Amino acid sequence: MLASGAFMLPAFLKPFEAMAMNDITGHKNLVVIQLSGGNDGLNTIIPYCNDIYYQKRKNIGIKVPDLITLNDTQGLNSNLGALKELYDQGWMTIINSVGYPNPDRSHFRSMDIWQTGSDANQFLTTGWIGRYLDANQHNAKTPYTAIEVDDTLSLAMKGNIMKGIAVSDPNKLYQTTREPFFKDIVRDHEAQHLSEENLGYLYKTMIETYSSADYIQQISKTYNVTATYPTTGLGNQLKNVSKFINSGLNTRVYYVSLGGFDTHAGQQGQQGRVLKTYADAVAAFVKDLKQTGKLDDTLVMTFSEFGRRVEENASAGTDHGTASNVMLFGGKLQKPGVFNAPPDLNNLDNGDLKYQVDFRDIYATILDKWLAVNNSQVLGKQYNGLGLI
Amino acid sequence: MSNVTQIKHLYARAGFGIRFKELHGHENTAIKKKVKELFKASEADKPITVLTENIDLRPRTDDPEVKKKTQEDRNQQEKDLNVAWLNQMATSDGQLREKMTLFWHNHFSCNIGNTYHQQQLNNIQRTNALGNFKTLLTEVSQSPAMLTFLNNQQNAKAHPNENFARELMELFTIGRGNYTEQDIKESARAFTGWHFDGKTSSYTFLPKTHDDGQKTFMGKTANYCGEDIIDIILSKKQTAKYISTKLYRYLVNDTPDDARVNEMADVFYNANYEITPLLEHVFLSDWFYDDKNIGVIIKSPVQLLVSLTRQFYIDYHNPDVLLQFQRTLGQVLFKPPNVAGWPGGKAWIDSSSLMYRIKIASTLLNAGVIDFTGKATPEDEAFLTATHKQQFNVEKRTQAVPDWARFLQDIPLDTPRLEVATFMLEPKLNQTVIDEVNQSPDIKSMVIQVASTPEYQLC
Repeated sequence: MLASGAFMLPAFLKPFEAMAMNDITGHKNLVVIQLSGGNDGLNTIIPYCNDIYYQKRKNIGIKVPDLITLNDTQGLNSNLGALKELYDQGWMTIINSVGYPNPDRSHFRSMDIWQTGSDANQFLTTGWIGRYLDANQHNAKTPYTAIEVDDTLSLAMKGNIMKGIAVSDPNKLYQTTREPFFKDIVRDHEAQHLSEENLGYLYKTMIETYSSADYIQQISKTYNVTATYPTTGLGNQLKNVSKFINSGLNTRVYYVSLGGFDTHAGQQGQQGRVLKTYADAVAAFVKDLKQTGKLDDTLVMTFSEFGRRVEENASAGTDHGTASNVMLFGGKLQKPGVFNAPPDLNNLDNGDLKYQVDFRDIYATILDKWLAVNNSQVLGKQYNGLGLI
Repeated sequence: MSNVTQIKHLYARAGFGIRFKELHGHENTAIKKKVKELFKASEADKPITVLTENIDLRPRTDDPEVKKKTQEDRNQQEKDLNVAWLNQMATSDGQLREKMTLFWHNHFSCNIGNTYHQQQLNNIQRTNALGNFKTLLTEVSQSPAMLTFLNNQQNAKAHPNENFARELMELFTIGRGNYTEQDIKESARAFTGWHFDGKTSSYTFLPKTHDDGQKTFMGKTANYCGEDIIDIILSKKQTAKYISTKLYRYLVNDTPDDARVNEMADVFYNANYEITPLLEHVFLSDWFYDDKNIGVIIKSPVQLLVSLTRQFYIDYHNPDVLLQFQRTLGQVLFKPPNVAGWPGGKAWIDSSSLMYRIKIASTLLNAGVIDFTGKATPEDEAFLTATHKQQFNVEKRTQAVPDWARFLQDIPLDTPRLEVATFMLEPKLNQTVIDEVNQSPDIKSMVIQVASTPEYQLC
C-alpha cells in the first residue's frame, strides 16, 4: 500500500491506490508502435518473387540476396534482421495489405483516421484507445490505464471522459508535478471547484496527474531493467515500457512512436536506418519480456498511417500510397508468420495497393480478445475481427 | 458604478485579454462605449505579408540537394507565417479583428503544404472577419488554399469531386442533417469549373470543365452555378443558426443556450449575414455578462500564448520556441487536425498539456528552461525525414524577454495585490489563490504565481 498524499481529497477522487491489482483481470498489455510519415510496406516485407515489384522499382527494388527470406513469396528488409529470430520463434505475425475504404493520402488526415478509427469521410474528436478507456472505466478509472511514452498525448489516447497520460520519464513527471506552482495548487485546492464545469475539470485533471505521477514513480522504481537495449529514442521508450510492465504497473495500453518514414527521396538509406532502429529496439524488447515471463501477456502492434505508391519516383524515393503491413508481436499469437496473401500487384487502384484487411478489424480483435471490451462500444459498429490472437 | 468585471470579460472574449492601463482609470466607463472603442480599433485591416514567394513555382527537379533545400525553405516559411500571425495577435490594436480571424481560421479549417496560399487565405479571413459572411464564404471557397484542400481543383464535369460540396454544407454553413447525399452530388456539379491559376494564385472560372446541365438542389431544379448554391444555402435560416451556435461557443459559453442562439440567428439572418451587427448584439446584451458566462471558457493554446505575450510584452529572441509551445500544447496555427478544426473546450486539456500550461508561465516570465517538446505532426515528417532527424531540436532556452518595466509601470505602486490578481484572472478569486497572492515575497513572484494557476487557463 502506498502512502497517500498529505492533502485532502474528495471521496470520488481518492482511492487510486486502494484499487487492488486483480481488479484488472488477467492483466494483458497492449503496446502500440506508431511509425510516422508513411512506412513503405513493400520495401519492409518484400514480395521478392513478384516481377511487377522489380519492374516498378528499378532503382530501389530490393533483390535476393539483399533480403532475408521468410517464405516463398516474401522476405524481410535486411535492416530488420533482428526480427528474424522473433519470426522463427513464432512471436511475430505479419498482416499484409491493411488499410480502409477511400484511402486518404494526406499524412495528417490518414493518421487522424488510424488514431480515431473513423471512416474516411467521418471526423471524430476522440481516439480509439481513449474510447476503450471510456468503455472500461468501471474497471480502471485512472489516466495511467493508458500510458504514452512521450511528452505529449496523441489523439488516439483521448476519450470523451477518460484520457491516458504521457510519461516520457517517470522521475521527470514526478519532479514536475512537485514543483511549487503545481504542488501548492493541488495541496491547497478547495473541493468547491470540482463542482464547477471547466474549472473543476482543470483541478480534477491536476489532482489526477499529481496522484498518477506519484503512483507511476513509486511502482516503476521497484524494477530495474537488466536487459540491454539499443541507445536510440525508441530503444529507450521500449526500455521504459519494460520497466512499467515488469514492475507491475496497473496499465493496459502503452503507446510509442518513431518518425522518419516519409521517404520521398533517397529512400533506401533513410528507410534502412529507421527500420534498423525499429527492429533492434523491438527485438530487444520482445526478448526481454520473454526472459521475464511477460511475453505471453503482451501484444505489440506496429502500424503506419499509409504505405507508399508501388512505383518509385524519379528521386529514388516513393510518394504517398495506401495499404501497408501491420506487424504483431507476442507470445500468444494464433497464427504466427505471414497471416494473409502478399500484396496483389496485378490489381492496383490507380497505381496503389487495394486494401484487403480493414485496420478496424485488427482493432476489433484486440478490443474483444485482448482488452476484453466489445469492439462495437469503441468502434461505433460491430466488426467481425480476425483470427490473430 | 464600477464596470470592472464586465470590461475585463469583454476584453477577454472580444480580444486576447486586457492590459492594466486599459482598465485602470476606466473602471466606470459604460460598456457601450467600450464596445464602440473595440470596433473602432479594429477598423484597419493589416494583412500579413511576410511571405513573398510561392515555392510551388520553383522549377521541378530530382536533385536531392535542391529538394532538401526546398523542404527547408518550406519549413522556414511555415515558421515565419506562424510567428508573424502570433505576433500580430499579441501586439495589434485591432484585437477584435484578430480574435475573429482566429475564429474563421478554425471555422474554415485548412491544412495544406503551400504556405503562401495559407497566408493568402488568412488575409481573406482577416479582411472579412467583421464584414459579410457571404463575401467571406465565397472568397474562402475560391481561394487557392481551399480549392486545393477540398479538391475542387479536381472537380470537373467529366469526373466530379464531391469533397468541397460536402464540407461546404457539413462544416462551413448549414450543418449535418439539413441536406441529403443527393444534394451533395448535385451541388458538386455546380462547383465544377471553380479553379485557380497556379501561376498567379488567383481564382479563374473554367467554363470548359463546368457542368451547365440541370441540377436539383434542396428541392428546386435549375442550371445552378456555384454562386447560386451558396445563395440557396444562405437563404436557409439554419445556416445563420449553425454559425451563431459556433460563435456562441467561441465568445460566450461552451454550452450553447438555445434561446440566445436563436436570438443571434435572427439578428444575423435579418442583417443579411453582416457579422458586425451580430457581434454588437452579443457584446451589448445583458446575458453576455451573466455570471455563468464569466471565466468559464478554456483558452486555446494559441489564446494562452497570445494573452501571456500581450500582457507581459514578451519579446522572443528565438521564435522557434513559439512553435515548440504550440506543438506541446496541441495547437499549431495553420495545422488544424482536419477540416472540422480543433475540437476545443475540454479537448485541450489532458494531464500533460495542463502540466505544461501551468509551467509555461514561469518558463516564459522567469527565463525558465524547457525540458519538453511536442511531437512532430505527421506532415512535419517530410521535413524531418529529408533532414535525417527523428524529431525537432529541442530549444531548451526560451530566450523570451518579458518587459517587466513596462508591465509594472502600468500598475500604480499603491495598487493592492489582490486588485492585480483580480485584474489578471477571469474567474473569481478563491481562497487558494488569495493565500498564494498574500504569501508571495514580491509582486513579480506573485504575478508569475497567478499566471500559473488553473484559473489563468480560463477566460
